[in-house]
Amino acid sequence: MSSERPGTDPRSKRAEENLLRLAESLYNQFQRGVVPHISLPSRTKSNIEFSSRDDVWVYGDQETMRSVKTVRGAKTLLKTVHLTELLIDEHLKNNRGSTLREIYYISENWDIAKFNEQAESDRLIEDMEIVTNLHREDFHVRPEEDGAAVFGPLRLKEQTRRGEKQMHCQEDVGEAGYQIPFNVDNIEFISHDAQLVMAVETGGMYARLIENGFDEEYKAILVHIKGQPARSTRRIIKRLNTELDLPVVVFTDGDPWSYRIFASIAYGAIKSAHLSEHLVTPKARFLGVQPSDIVDYNLSTDKLTDKDLQALKSELSDPRFANPYWERQIRLQIDLKKKAEQQAFAGKGLDFVTKTYLPERLAEMGII
Amino acid sequence: MEIAEELAKQQKAISVAEFFEKNRQILGFDSAPRALITCVKEAVDNSLDACEEAGILPDIFVQIRKSGEYFQVIVEDNGPGIVPEEIPPIFAKLLYGSRFHSLRQSRGQQGIGISAGVLYSQLTSGKPTRVISKIAPDRPAYYCELMINTSKNEPEIIRAEEVDWERPRGTRVEMEMEGSYVRSRRQSVYGSLKSAAIVNPHARITLVEPEGNAEIFERVTENLPKKAYAIQPHPEGIELGELIKLLRYTEKKRLRIFLKETFSSIGTITAQELCKRADLDPERSPAGLDHEEAVRLLSAFKQIRVKSPPVDCLSPISEELIRAGLEKEFRLDFIATTTRPVSVYSGNPFLIEVGLGYGGELTKEGRVEILRFANRVPLVYQQGACAITHAVESVSWRNYSLSQPGGSGVPTGPAVLLVHIASTNIPFTSESKDAVADMPEILAEVDLGLKEVARKLRRYLGRESLLAERREKEEIIRKILPRIAKKLSDVLDRPEPNIGPVVARIMGNLLVSRESEQQDGRISVRLVVENHSDLIRSFKLHELLGERAEAVSPPAKVIPLGDGYDHHWKLSIGPGKKATISYQIGANGKEPAEPVVEGLEPEIVTGARVI
Repeated sequence: MSSERPGTDPRSKRAEENLLRLAESLYNQFQRGVVPHISLPSRTKSNIEFSSRDDVWVYGDQETMRSVKTVRGAKTLLKTVHLTELLIDEHLKNNRGSTLREIYYISENWDIAKFNEQAESDRLIEDMEIVTNLHREDFHVRPEEDGAAVFGPLRLKEQTRRGEKQMHCQEDVGEAGYQIPFNVDNIEFISHDAQLVMAVETGGMYARLIENGFDEEYKAILVHIKGQPARSTRRIIKRLNTELDLPVVVFTDGDPWSYRIFASIAYGAIKSAHLSEHLVTPKARFLGVQPSDIVDYNLSTDKLTDKDLQALKSELSDPRFANPYWERQIRLQIDLKKKAEQQAFAGKGLDFVTKTYLPERLAEMGII
Repeated sequence: MEIAEELAKQQKAISVAEFFEKNRQILGFDSAPRALITCVKEAVDNSLDACEEAGILPDIFVQIRKSGEYFQVIVEDNGPGIVPEEIPPIFAKLLYGSRFHSLRQSRGQQGIGISAGVLYSQLTSGKPTRVISKIAPDRPAYYCELMINTSKNEPEIIRAEEVDWERPRGTRVEMEMEGSYVRSRRQSVYGSLKSAAIVNPHARITLVEPEGNAEIFERVTENLPKKAYAIQPHPEGIELGELIKLLRYTEKKRLRIFLKETFSSIGTITAQELCKRADLDPERSPAGLDHEEAVRLLSAFKQIRVKSPPVDCLSPISEELIRAGLEKEFRLDFIATTTRPVSVYSGNPFLIEVGLGYGGELTKEGRVEILRFANRVPLVYQQGACAITHAVESVSWRNYSLSQPGGSGVPTGPAVLLVHIASTNIPFTSESKDAVADMPEILAEVDLGLKEVARKLRRYLGRESLLAERREKEEIIRKILPRIAKKLSDVLDRPEPNIGPVVARIMGNLLVSRESEQQDGRISVRLVVENHSDLIRSFKLHELLGERAEAVSPPAKVIPLGDGYDHHWKLSIGPGKKATISYQIGANGKEPAEPVVEGLEPEIVTGARVI
């Protein structure tokens, strides 16, 4: 995957071809006198179905048509063509890339094809992924947010713009761990001595586990997911699970928003259901904080707000949470009217979480 | 003593003031915010009536002041003033007024309004009402403090004196009462004065609120409304009791004269005709008619068509001023107005005016606001009980491009409706004058008026949506499509695609395209004509060739023309259909010019010249 000569690596080549095919189909529609249009799967909650083949949520058969018959549709197609030109001429041919935000700013020069807000350009790039059957990384488009950090007994090799780098994620990294790149497919795993992967929501808990030496004692690869997980975070969790065959557990706060973090790792998200096969880890399991832990460990809590309660209730009708485990836990929490943070364990002493809670939970889940 | 005699001792007349003291809700004093609104409204109505009668452009000052735990209501006008002896009964005697016996449009009717305010003020604050009035610049002003003796319904003058007052003429009334001041909704002093300003565009109304904030509703016209004249009752819809009363108390000695002079719209001929139909001697004394004869006369009224009552007993706002009033208080894209002809219910002439405002800054969600007016007085309460609302609810607004959830009820959308009913006697559902009763004649007239403005709205919206569609297509075709084509040619490094066929499709045009190819030393030409519109297109298609074409299909008419031949076909193509024409010319033949279409508008043809 050398990139010394621009535009020659096979992935870029394929991306360019697919983009040209999109432009060509529009061109031919003009030639044939057909009103130019693009069909896309409709990206709504009602068009999400469970694929039992991969155990993930994917788009169904409903399609929306985007044609030049309306001003909105025509403008979107014009933007699509501008974006195609940008991706081919600036990105792929020159082996360069832009962030999602930069693309929004680049469009300032596109006159009437300028994006009104970043959400619009983000959405259009997702559409292009669907139409070309590629990922935005293939177009050299990267997100703003940092990907996850990883800490644990894992040796890997990263293809960087400045050559190949090898490192061990305990020995060669600082206290914050190894910062994964936005394109996780530039990483190759070399070797590991791990028995589990633990995705951790908050930086505080991630640091606590490293300080307490949890990664060494339990041979755990810790992944700091930093709130709602970025695509690259979900992708690395998926790869650690499938390529190294390691069990994945997710450790978050005990509130409805954190359950959604787990859901996007294990079940997929509506906005990126076209990538579910690529990003989702159906075998990931929820470790905690469970509502039942609040009772069992007598944790310090906060009261649920009205919004929390609403979110819990909407989760009860979310097909992704429709199983006995989640129904029991969510109903329990609605009764308790309480929520607990990961760091509430500190109230029992700084070692409590690593010496007592996690070993007990992992044993209960049959992982150690 | 018999029981009946015992009971008889307890019987006692009730003063009307005592009755209203116990039933204040009937007069519109049932809640604290409402009491303030009603008092202001009654005082302002009186001022407007007085100014109009005197031909003065009204300039009315309203102030609401907090005074301890009470509110002080001050209303002052530049009207003609009131002579001192009339002030006590006007303000402190219920059912005293000048208009009850007159058939003429005015705001006040029964003489209850302002004295009810005085009564409420004295009941809640225990304080007298203070009145100043001046009738001419060179006369002193008269000041008095009044209360109502409720057991007798008579005014009591607490204090009276002559004072100096800076105004040349006018009247000022000050009342103190329990109340509560609200703003920000239509049912408020502010809201009701704003509505009053809409239908009284000749008045300037100034409101000073308790916080000291001043609002001025400026006048938009210097023209006073047309004066309404008193008329005689109209025979249509008159009731038997009323007729018998008129017959018994008339001073006229002859029936035919009685008929002509007592009723409006009856002349000598109609009077003769009525007597004949009722089989009564026209020269008889009206007072001598018995019950059965009165019934015959009434039925004669019903048999003949009497012409409508004269309009001059009514004072409509006029379409022009309704428009001005709506423009003044709302920002609108479109206004439609209508004035219905005079009509009659139960012998009372009435007239309906309707205004409809649309778009602009009105909110798109929610129900349409209905501004109801009776004799230029805004009706604020009991919207649901009012004939105007009922008429609005029963129109099928969906037919007129407004949405109406469930297909009935008040429509929703960015619109405002104004309905004014002018009459010598408005049939209110109660003395508080909140809602107009459901008289069938009134419902029918309001319905017709609403539908008239609704039709105008539908026409306007139809035009707007056609224009918007046209504009949208123009933008696509002129600005967006050429750029897409240009970009595609950049990306693919190919010549720019021809956008003509796509334009024809989007615009619903007739698309003419021509292809030709060399074949055995000859040129084969194929013309395809596609009709993308949803109408049948009939026209002539011309090809100007340097020679006579061969193998022409379908056959063409050929006319030699100077240095060439005009080939033409008469075509008629249905919506979405196409026609194909083919012919051959020699290989050296001149490249024919653009095909020509004859008999269609140039805008609807793509790919050919139009003559």
